[in-house]
Amino acid sequence: MSFFKKLKDKFSGSAEQEQTTEKYEEGLAKTRTGFAAKVNNLIARYRKIDEDFFEELEEILIGADVGFDTVMELIDELKLEVKRRNTNDPTAIREIITEKFVDIYSGSEEVESDLNIQDGELTVILFVGVNGVGKTTTIGKLAHTFKSDGKKVMLAAGDTFRAGAIEQLEVWGERTGVDVIKQTEGSDPAAVMYDAVRAAKSRGADILLCDTAGRLQNKVNLMNELQKVKRVIEREIPSAPHEVLLVVDATTGQNALIQAKTFKEATDVSGIVLTKLDGTAKGGIVLAIRKELGVPVKFVGLGEKIDDLQPFNAEKYAYGLFAQAFEEKEDKNNDEASE
Amino acid sequence: MAFEGLAERLQGTMQKIRGKGKVSEADVKEMMREVRLALLEADVNFKVVKEFVKKVSERSVGQEVMKSLTPGQQVIKVVKEELTELMGGEESRIGTSKRPPTVIMMVGLQGAGKTTTTGKLANLLRKKYNRKPLLVAADIYRPAAIKQLETLGKQLDMPVFSLGDQVSPVEIAKQAIQKAKDEHLDYILIDTAGRLHIDETLMDELKQIKELSTPEEIFLVVDSMTGQDAVNVAESFNEQLGITGVVLTKLDGDTRGGAALSIRAVTGKPIKFIGMGEKLDALESFHPERMASRILGMGDVLTLIEKAQTNVDESKARELEQKMRTMSFTFDDFLDQLGQVRSMGPLDEILKMLPGANKMKGLNNVQVDEKQIGRVEAIIRSMTREEKQQPEIINSGRRKRIATGSGTSIQEVNRLLKQFEDMKKMMKQMSAMQQKGKKKGGMPKLPFM
Repeated sequence: MSFFKKLKDKFSGSAEQEQTTEKYEEGLAKTRTGFAAKVNNLIARYRKIDEDFFEELEEILIGADVGFDTVMELIDELKLEVKRRNTNDPTAIREIITEKFVDIYSGSEEVESDLNIQDGELTVILFVGVNGVGKTTTIGKLAHTFKSDGKKVMLAAGDTFRAGAIEQLEVWGERTGVDVIKQTEGSDPAAVMYDAVRAAKSRGADILLCDTAGRLQNKVNLMNELQKVKRVIEREIPSAPHEVLLVVDATTGQNALIQAKTFKEATDVSGIVLTKLDGTAKGGIVLAIRKELGVPVKFVGLGEKIDDLQPFNAEKYAYGLFAQAFEEKEDKNNDEASE
Repeated sequence: MAFEGLAERLQGTMQKIRGKGKVSEADVKEMMREVRLALLEADVNFKVVKEFVKKVSERSVGQEVMKSLTPGQQVIKVVKEELTELMGGEESRIGTSKRPPTVIMMVGLQGAGKTTTTGKLANLLRKKYNRKPLLVAADIYRPAAIKQLETLGKQLDMPVFSLGDQVSPVEIAKQAIQKAKDEHLDYILIDTAGRLHIDETLMDELKQIKELSTPEEIFLVVDSMTGQDAVNVAESFNEQLGITGVVLTKLDGDTRGGAALSIRAVTGKPIKFIGMGEKLDALESFHPERMASRILGMGDVLTLIEKAQTNVDESKARELEQKMRTMSFTFDDFLDQLGQVRSMGPLDEILKMLPGANKMKGLNNVQVDEKQIGRVEAIIRSMTREEKQQPEIINSGRRKRIATGSGTSIQEVNRLLKQFEDMKKMMKQMSAMQQKGKKKGGMPKLPFM
């Protein structure tokens, strides 16, 4: 059985599985058509796998922001694999790519995208990232998800810098029906966090989602401020924050790697939320981030609707990217190309 | 992890070439590979890179580089020239409509920085051109976007027009124009909602606003950290709306900003302004040459020189040079130096502008501890005049006194004295090297250089 078939069977088990897989396929529609169409086009044009073929493939991957080093590694492995399978047929490459993609992402271990949620105790999740990546929106969406699961959720308005940021979080609080702990614009974010953790504890909340102001990672003072925010939370609850999620815009290029590295050093980032994946950007940089820093992607934003934030699954991501290419090949009756 | 600049990338290749009588075509090919890599790592779109490398390659294989004595430098020169030319041209000018009010539309993806840039642009219009802008809150989708613009308006003490989030942006634009006419405001800045370039409904909305308001300028606001997708975004917005210019935001970060080149190459539209910070006056003119240096990872020497020129006293600098040569550099001069450098801005930012600084061991991501500098100053200030002029006389007794006086330890005083000696030695070597170069008179310039 082929790798693709295995994935397909895996995801067609339960109704819930199928629904989220669908979301992936929908959200990645643009990504997929562009990416898969390019791979297909490439495969159609080549009779056999040669250097030129790999060079073009290299460009497609670079175009997805995968990053040069990771692309080179992927290409090298593909070359090896092609040799090992003793094939010269370009159509075989599709499957090998998907497999390697998941391989590079997962390594040898099974990557869990589950959040570290404390049972019966307060779970504090801190959101960090550069300006304009979608931290507040992500928090709003997550608040909705947790609330739907029957959890008591609270929000901490830690972005006291940007104009209108507190109000933005408050709107999300109203929409989802959860409390927002805030102070005035310009106040010390660490003080807001202190208040928020105290309030969450005394009100018996299950989840506290902490917003912070966007900051560019090369601003030392602002990174220090972020460390202080984290320290204040730690002091109140030694095991907290239970997750530090770095929010990354999928349109970001190679700078995302530096973002991940710097934020990880400052706040010990435990996972990534990849937002805005419903555009034409492919967010290939997460592959490099995973490979070089070991930080896993935990959620992906696949649209603007409140339930468009989905737990990340490397296999589903790869499946979403390549589904079309494989559908065409393995099941000609079920052609989805008409998008 | 900090990406290598082109100069560092070319070093290996250059070493191989050095010693060879001439540069072969294969050498040029290898150098072009490095050029390609440097541009890709700066997030320049791969299609743009391909075209660009082809062009540079032709110029290099033809006369210029092959005959040059320093092929590596020559390649960098050619690359930089071509880059600058590609991005260059027009000055950062804002159009004015013959029939006021002049309408400017701000468009772009979510999170690019449209609202902040709208505020900055309004500030610039008033400050530099003495205009009276009206800010228009037409982002009815993102929660509190209107509030954000209103807050900015308050900070700037400028009128903001909004009709809440229940009225269509087209209607808001229409009424805003009327209001500007009534109140004799001459510029209208419409802050539109962030949208994906593939969202047809929302793109239609922009087209309607454009039709109704006949804007003089449509600025596409682009995050400078954008990767390969920048071309798709820019192309799409340009095709559908016909943008007039680009504002590149968040350039105060450490991104190379290759998106600038990609956008310019695919749309042909000029980059008019760059966002350099979170404050409302942090909107600057775009300088193609500086951007070229940045994309190539060559450091922003020009900005540094500009900063130095505005902050460093020239006669003092000349005096200092003299002192370095004669080794009569004292702690007084050092203190002076420190003060001048510090007045140029935070030290770590200045260091970052130096070419190759990100590559130098210990200098990449260096975090200059301003407090540490304060301690150094304290130590020097605790010296007597005699000690500052002749550090040799500082014996252990004097060291102890200086440490106590400055609230530091003897170890720290020792360290500073040692560093000062090392520095003097280095200066002597450097000035000796310079002198030698001058005596030789340098190479005569070759006609093709």
